Amino acid sequence: MLAGPAFVVMMLVTAYPILQAVWYSLFNYRLTDPENRSFVGLGNYLVILTDSLWWQAVAVTVLITVVTVVVELVLGFALALVMSKALQAIRPILRAAILIPYAVITVVSAFSWQFAFNITTGFVNSWLSWLPGIGADTDWFGGKWTSLLVICLAEIWKTTPFISLLLLAGLAQVPDVLQEAAQVDGATWWQRMWRVTIPNMKAAIMVALLFRSLDAFRIFDSIFVMTAGANGTESVSFLAYRQTISRVEIGMGSAVSVLLFLCVVLIAFSFIKGFKVDLSQARGEG
Amino acid sequence: MASSLAACGSDSGGTPVLNWYINPDSGGQAEIASRCTEASDGAYRIEVAQLPRTSDGQREQLVRRLAAEDESIDIMSLDVVFAPELAQAGFLAPVPEDLGARVSEGVVAGSLESATWDDELVAIPFWANTQLLWYRKSVAEAAGLDMSQPVTWDQLIKAAQDQQKILSAQGRRSESLTVWLNALIESAGGHIIAENSTDPDKIKLGLDSDAGKRAAEVMHDVAVSGAVGPAFSTSSEDISASQFESADAGFMVNWPFVWAQAQTKVEAGTLDQSVPDDYGWALYPRVDADTPSAPPLGGINLGVSAFSRHADLAYDATECITSDENQTYYMNTNGNPASSAAVYDDPEVQKVYPMADTIRDSLAAAAPRPLTPYYSEVTGGIQREYHPPASVSDSTAQRADDLITAVLRGDQLL
Repeated sequence: MLAGPAFVVMMLVTAYPILQAVWYSLFNYRLTDPENRSFVGLGNYLVILTDSLWWQAVAVTVLITVVTVVVELVLGFALALVMSKALQAIRPILRAAILIPYAVITVVSAFSWQFAFNITTGFVNSWLSWLPGIGADTDWFGGKWTSLLVICLAEIWKTTPFISLLLLAGLAQVPDVLQEAAQVDGATWWQRMWRVTIPNMKAAIMVALLFRSLDAFRIFDSIFVMTAGANGTESVSFLAYRQTISRVEIGMGSAVSVLLFLCVVLIAFSFIKGFKVDLSQARGEG
Repeated sequence: MASSLAACGSDSGGTPVLNWYINPDSGGQAEIASRCTEASDGAYRIEVAQLPRTSDGQREQLVRRLAAEDESIDIMSLDVVFAPELAQAGFLAPVPEDLGARVSEGVVAGSLESATWDDELVAIPFWANTQLLWYRKSVAEAAGLDMSQPVTWDQLIKAAQDQQKILSAQGRRSESLTVWLNALIESAGGHIIAENSTDPDKIKLGLDSDAGKRAAEVMHDVAVSGAVGPAFSTSSEDISASQFESADAGFMVNWPFVWAQAQTKVEAGTLDQSVPDDYGWALYPRVDADTPSAPPLGGINLGVSAFSRHADLAYDATECITSDENQTYYMNTNGNPASSAAVYDDPEVQKVYPMADTIRDSLAAAAPRPLTPYYSEVTGGIQREYHPPASVSDSTAQRADDLITAVLRGDQLL
């Protein structure tokens, strides 16, 4: 009951735009030509789902999501361990240092990565010139896979701190008594990690994975700044942007957005059902 | 909320305020705004507000605000490709006839064409831009090219290869790619849009034509020539300009800002005077030796919003802004060439721009990009199919033609 007003506000700011997008997605509606708005039913969805560009964007988005989330989970876990084991004296400094990338605005971080790898302004080529295949003329943004590599690196650098913070909270929840008991029983560090720490952190890991997957699937800024979708690096969000904002085709763009929304719902649903993630448990209520 | 916002731009008893949305420049438009405010003798006061840096960003902001019937926009600096879309949507206030006649007098043909839609003047030409062929005198001489005569792309490729110098153009996936392709097709005697229409279903494209194929061939030849320098597929106007300042520079197609940029660098001591001394300029290269080239056209036209509460005053202001005197000032201080042909005779302009006559000749021959309310679909489709330029082949024109046609009919995404 007490949450009632908050619930109403949430409905107003989330449900209304979602429903409006669903409604618009059924129309052929161009912002500069409102008079010729016409109802097309599911026509926009048919166009999108039969277009190879949509599937290419989905493939790129899934690839970026899987690669970045997996790498971030491993790195984030390592950082969380470092933070939890660090001496009391340096812990605040360490945490702040690890958090800095996450505090940087995505567009700014995307620009700095772009400048670093850019052939005229970048320093990466001269740093890595000892590696075979990399020289002063290596054009990172000239091909699909090298572009995606830089985009993934930028994402990983920026959001690993987020995962590591969530995992740090999970680490803190593992009861010390269990660790001590395992130690007394003669378990090695590795056994304690696999059989005590990680099983007790499952909820925290799943929540971290879920949040990051949802976030990663909506990737936009880095691609916009670094390649502007060139060389087949367009993500689903970018496709929605191009239809809605550049082409001002509100109907088609809304349909892409609705499909993106459904993808995100699907990810959330499969995490919660498939891995039995209990969100309340992660908050320490379970 | 709405009333308090509206109050900001209104005449609460005092002088009417005209909001002029400008593209970012070096302060010239703000100065012209204050000069015209003074000249109006209290009839109006012009305030400038800055639009995003890129042309795409400017269009996105203006279209969305105009679609919401934003009253706070009076005058807008519009890229030469914007007018048809805004005019067709009814976002531009009709140009008063007598004023239209006055402001179109002595304006270079391309600028006037870009400000016209459906046989009516819909915007006021302000400044005009065009690309020249820039060359290093030493390189052209060593290659044995007679630059007093028109040269072709094929000659430039060969000269750059022989001399092992860079031929700079813009291969990046952005508007500059459409600028280049349009100039190539127009120079070959064709058009990107063969049959124009206000109905997207009836627009017929001309990419898959003899001229279109010839243009694709030249684009491909340049990209794979080995003379374009590294990272051609991400090369922009700025990158071309800095390439042209390097020791490997040979030839470049680019806007005249490169001249002002080199002068600024010499003054700052970061570039040796001998570099700009070696700069030569000529009309845009030809596609075929016997057909004159059609150089790219750029620049800014002024639009007056249909939702402005002072449209008549705003049009008065545009006449002041685009006066020869202000265009001369703008060209000399901000490096943006005038749309009024008379400005090029000004002795100060002749002194600052030794290539002023070439710019005027280039503007006279320049061809605008396709004028259509669906420009973003056309340029977006071109950028998707013609990038990277090295991948352009015999079938590219056909594919681009099919893609843009399908997108215009709503059968495909972009």
